[in-house]
Amino acid sequence: MDKLDALESESIYIIREAYRKFHKLGMLWSIGKDSTTLLWLVKKAFFGKVPFPVIYIDTGLHFKEMYEFRDMCVKKWGLNLIISKNYEEAEGLGIGPSDKLKCCAIRKTDALKKTIADYKFDALLLGIRRDEHGVRAKERFFSPRNKDFYWDYKNQPPELWDQYKTQKESEQHIRVHPLLQWTEVDIWEYIKREKLPVNPLYFAKNGKRYRSLGCKPCTSPVDSNASNIDEIIEEIKKSKITERSGRAQDKEEAHAMQKLRALGYM
Amino acid sequence: MEERLKIVIVGHVDHGKSTLIGRLLYDTDSLPESKLKEIKEFCEALGKDVEFGYVLDHLEEERKQGVTIDTTQTFFKTKKREYVIIDAPGHVEFLKNMITGASHAEAAILIVDAEEGVKEQTKRHAYILGMLGLKQVIVVINKMDLVDYKKERFEEVKKEIIEFLKSLNIEPKYIIPISAKEGDFIAKKTEKLNWFDGPTVLEALDGFSKSDELDKKPLRFPVQDVYNFDKRIIAGRIASGIITEGDEIIVFPSKEVTKVKSIEEYNKILKEASAGKSIGIITEDKVFVDRGDVITKKGEPAPIVTDTIKGHVFWMDPTPFKEGERVLFKCATQEVMCDIEVKRVIDSSNLEVLSEDATTIENRQVADVIIKTEKPIVVENFNDIPSLGRFVLQREDTCAGGIITGFGE
Repeated sequence: MDKLDALESESIYIIREAYRKFHKLGMLWSIGKDSTTLLWLVKKAFFGKVPFPVIYIDTGLHFKEMYEFRDMCVKKWGLNLIISKNYEEAEGLGIGPSDKLKCCAIRKTDALKKTIADYKFDALLLGIRRDEHGVRAKERFFSPRNKDFYWDYKNQPPELWDQYKTQKESEQHIRVHPLLQWTEVDIWEYIKREKLPVNPLYFAKNGKRYRSLGCKPCTSPVDSNASNIDEIIEEIKKSKITERSGRAQDKEEAHAMQKLRALGYM
Repeated sequence: MEERLKIVIVGHVDHGKSTLIGRLLYDTDSLPESKLKEIKEFCEALGKDVEFGYVLDHLEEERKQGVTIDTTQTFFKTKKREYVIIDAPGHVEFLKNMITGASHAEAAILIVDAEEGVKEQTKRHAYILGMLGLKQVIVVINKMDLVDYKKERFEEVKKEIIEFLKSLNIEPKYIIPISAKEGDFIAKKTEKLNWFDGPTVLEALDGFSKSDELDKKPLRFPVQDVYNFDKRIIAGRIASGIITEGDEIIVFPSKEVTKVKSIEEYNKILKEASAGKSIGIITEDKVFVDRGDVITKKGEPAPIVTDTIKGHVFWMDPTPFKEGERVLFKCATQEVMCDIEVKRVIDSSNLEVLSEDATTIENRQVADVIIKTEKPIVVENFNDIPSLGRFVLQREDTCAGGIITGFGE
């Protein structure tokens, strides 16, 4: 089996397990390339349907191109979109990008906590990948979180073969990660193969492009002349710089990502 | 066609797993610059030599304690193919993480310290590899620099490990002397080990194959779900064999017979699909099908249907099992409550038999058991079709993994 076919079939299997096992399933969609790929895999798993809500966390600080891309996909794919937001509180308290950990926690994590409580989600699909960040490499396909979103990574349930944690304890929600085994190159090769829409921010303009998308103040472009998917794939294969090098919250201090994730960050 | 092979590196704590992984990444030019810089700075701050083991230790605690907590994944590439390394922790406390990692691997490297030789976790990990049915195994005898690259010491440790692996029915493809720290025989042959005429670790790995034999086995299509969006579609992933449009199929255990009307993908109709692929099928007749059923092809050997199996289980829950407790049995998409009769219990650290007729199984013990399921299940010999020959037992979380070793009483 071809590498992309194998990854696709595994992800679809995981998505179908989550849909079968959880009463109230949702999916986090950040508008980026990974979760848009995940959305496509969901459509493939259910023969064109997206049979659960898609949650977008609006930090109030995203790029205009991200909002445009979001609205285009919602229309094209007929999505049931939930907009999760808490930025009014952040703005009221005067918390902004100058305090990155706090800003991420209040605008993203707290917003999601509210949405989970409001809609009583018991499981969420997320498009994270193991090769993105060392801490994400520790994740399981099905990963339990308690009500405070705490991730007990030292004591995770075993996950043998394709038998997953599909039974949730009270107060928990399960994060399901169908893309865990994909790499950045796999994602782009798949986007190309499946002819998926791509946010223009990923393509180089004036010698710069975004490799990973987030909030405007905390995301910087990388030097690049890659103006189409083939050039992006070529560039990543050669690159020795990490994908999230443009994401400020990762390097605020040593182990910032670990701290963010222990607090429930995605 | 691009290919990716999943490998796991196992062995006793401190025998050099993380260093070997760091070295594999470094020698194949797979380390991001920022990571290399971070490691150099970190080691300088500690006044240590650059230690490749830190490549994988991403969590604060791991660096403080110098142990790898969980299974992580990293990628590297040779001329032949791409590899994913699943690092499995050596510390006994994290055994369930090691098993999680090893269960996803297609090949394994067992690492043994040249000075220390075979230790408790070497045995336990080797036992788990055998139990999980991993056939593609190489052994590396690491830290040859600490024994002055002496051939005699290599031969001693080699003898010890071969004898031990033989008792587990594991036949390693190669046994290679290396120094992960110094880079001997990882990517290149070095003068210090000029008496060794075998391959480097990378050459040995490239000699492994992706097993595609599952296509050649009888069709087994465990039903994952049945959807009624626009049409009634039976969804699942093919465990073995090939399904073709028009095939006459038998649904187990009901043995109802029908035909494949079409094989569905989103916006696509397939003529056929083979092992590993997630598909949907529409049947000619409206037969009763539900999750847990196994679809097979008429004219091919039938699966085994039974409510009693013999199994070999590895217990990985701090709460011991006591006869009388009922747990959930999960095999492919089948889930059914079961009773368990315990027979022989083995200590996984030294493989000593603790009892021939036990009634309890404790954490990290291995046991031969008889499992009686509430309803008949559809199973196979583990060596024929692995996904229908292995199972997990579940309380709230998975508490044991096991292999089917026989059918009936």
